Amino acid sequence: MSTATIVGREIHVNDEGFMTDHTEWTEDVARALAANIGIELTDAHWEVLRFVRQDYDAQGESPTLRRVANVGGVPTKQLFTLFPKKPAKKMSYIAGVPKPVGCV
Amino acid sequence: MTTSVLPVPSFDDVEQEGRKLVIICSKGSLDMAYPGLVLANAALGEGIETHLFFTFWGFDMINNKTMGHLAFNPVGNPATHMPTAIMGLPGMQAFATHMMKKQIEGLDLPTVPEFMELITDAGGHLWACRMSADMMHLTEDDLYDRVEGIISASDFMEISEGAQTLFI
Repeated sequence: MSTATIVGREIHVNDEGFMTDHTEWTEDVARALAANIGIELTDAHWEVLRFVRQDYDAQGESPTLRRVANVGGVPTKQLFTLFPKKPAKKMSYIAGVPKPVGCV
Repeated sequence: MTTSVLPVPSFDDVEQEGRKLVIICSKGSLDMAYPGLVLANAALGEGIETHLFFTFWGFDMINNKTMGHLAFNPVGNPATHMPTAIMGLPGMQAFATHMMKKQIEGLDLPTVPEFMELITDAGGHLWACRMSADMMHLTEDDLYDRVEGIISASDFMEISEGAQTLFI
């Protein structure tokens, strides 16, 4: 684990670049993380990110794609459009929470 | 603890570009349906082009009449750790299926039809085997509406070109 600076803030990250302390997350951090992986955040992205963070707080683990679709109410297809190719990992990365560990 | 340049995950790895997975589903029992569905869903979530090819008993997974009612038969399955003589008694298949479905539900896993919806929403492709359809006298009307087509063995060769292939 190491710390790195992003938008003038020091954050803790793992070797891959995922944040390891989700309380260090801010919306500016999210914008910068998203830009790092080529995503510009729109309202639709924010809706997903808010659910991911809320659910992580409530459940203690990052939601899987299916959970974001079923519980968060964002259709699977849309998740693939907003966060192309690897939606579950990308949304967790930007939301400042760990990769989901669930299989489905 | 060190301060360093922020690492960026390699989500769009060039090495992963063009990776393709083909899963041949040849079994129609509940316990054999799930491995292919779980792996297909995971592959799609990793941005891997994924095709499922249903053949022989695997047709039960895409047959409208059966896909929601797959059963688990415990006879001759040593992993149940129960005597075979007991497993063959009347009602055991229904009981074992009920138990397995309860476990699946307890883990909050999707049912087979919901899994198919999830997989196709994520961009996965479903194909049915021509010979099996002919043998079972089934047409596209009998199959789950998101099956893209009934295809021949040679069509399958084209689709699976360059893919990693799993036979289940």
